[in-house]
Amino acid sequence: MARQAQERIAIMGDEAVALAVKQSNVDVIAAYPITPQTIIVERLSEYVANGELDAAFIQAESEHSALSICVGASLAGARVFTSTASQGLALMHEIVYATSSMRVPMVMAIANRSLNAPLNIHCEHGDVMPERDSGWVHLFATNVQEAYDLTFIAFKLSEHPDAQLPVSVNLDAFILTHSVEPLTPISDDDASKFLPPRQPLYSIDFDNPATFGTMALPDTYMEFKYQLKEAAERAGQVYPKVAEEYARISGRRYWYFNSYMADDADAVVLVLGSTYGTLKAAARRLRESGLKVGVIGLTMFRPFPEKQLVELLKNAKSLIVMDRAYSYGGLGGPLYMETLAMLYRNGLRVPAMNVVYGLGGRDFRLDEAESVLKMALDGARRGRFDEHVIWWGVRA
Amino acid sequence: MSAKKIVEPIVKGQFTYRDLPIGAMIPVPATSLEYKTGVWRTRQPKIDYGKCIKCLLCWVFCPDAAIKRLDDDSVKVDYEYCKGCGVCETVCPVKAISMEEV
Repeated sequence: MARQAQERIAIMGDEAVALAVKQSNVDVIAAYPITPQTIIVERLSEYVANGELDAAFIQAESEHSALSICVGASLAGARVFTSTASQGLALMHEIVYATSSMRVPMVMAIANRSLNAPLNIHCEHGDVMPERDSGWVHLFATNVQEAYDLTFIAFKLSEHPDAQLPVSVNLDAFILTHSVEPLTPISDDDASKFLPPRQPLYSIDFDNPATFGTMALPDTYMEFKYQLKEAAERAGQVYPKVAEEYARISGRRYWYFNSYMADDADAVVLVLGSTYGTLKAAARRLRESGLKVGVIGLTMFRPFPEKQLVELLKNAKSLIVMDRAYSYGGLGGPLYMETLAMLYRNGLRVPAMNVVYGLGGRDFRLDEAESVLKMALDGARRGRFDEHVIWWGVRA
Repeated sequence: MSAKKIVEPIVKGQFTYRDLPIGAMIPVPATSLEYKTGVWRTRQPKIDYGKCIKCLLCWVFCPDAAIKRLDDDSVKVDYEYCKGCGVCETVCPVKAISMEEV
């Protein structure tokens, strides 16, 4: 299909997400401002005020209310968006579970920021990880272009009848939200073709009253949760089809993960979010010196793409999993623990270590990425790591 | 879809997760009428009409609206929904209601 020449613009991550939401023709946006997400909803409120976007913009009195408004609006058949971070997401927590369990489609951008205390506004994945088990689909962007593209994919996936689930698009606080990067937007026409007006499976209808958000006692509760389990897994199966459809209009192809030379690598590093770019640049340098390193940046964290990751990791001789979050008192970071379980139950005996890094926005530089990759190579050469978990750069 | 069609398989335990509406949405109103909560009961109220003074306190206090008020202000227990909580026995000022083993 011939695509018209696409303009390349410079834009920061928050603005890119707002642009994607505008082009997705949302009907309702309810939000409460919080750094570093605020610019997303600020831009959206401007679009609505300027008449560029025909949507209801509701500033709620709290994030708990914002998400509750979104649930009601989505049940009424609207295409719905909200955005938050950190404490805001924590305050939404109760409704996060209600949204997925009531099978309410919507998209939420999460500007991943650390959780209090100590108070800190910078990048960490510790805000979204408490929502890991909620049944939401969680997508992670590695750059501004991905944050933009994944927003469209998120709406399509969310409303897909096989999924019918809320989807979060995660972008790293400041590193992506406030960094200006080049972006190639899709045209409004293509956006409307990819996302025609929503066709809800069912919606609030005053002539045919129904009850939403009901009670289910022990005789049915497990079956409703089993529905959610099945839906979350189906969302993973539908995702490549949705991504392929998006590739046809954008020329950009998304998969369960980004990978850089991971298939033939001896040492692989697995990570979420923008650090993928840093590791990729470091891996490119090391490859130039003939060192067989590879990097995987997971795009879809929930549902977890077990089969595809196992396929990619089956020949690896060592694996470092990098977590920008931690399970205090647990075995490590959430991505590491998940990966260990995956390796074990698939019979992969690859030595694996957890590098916990960048909490509260501590920089993770190119030379540090190179050191982590070399550490992974060392593990591959020796067939083991000396530690299970290390906290990168901590003054211990 | 009727309320009975939704509730009956659940009450009988003859369903799978596929038979349930998505996300516990109930597509028709008043399905609760199909749940005969009277089966929860382990004790049940018995009214001694010789003692009843038609004060209607039991009718007011019954948390499940399972005491029915008749035209002459006498009362009757709806055993399909009475859960046997015993509130009526407690509020009756003339001890006309006694809870009996089922």
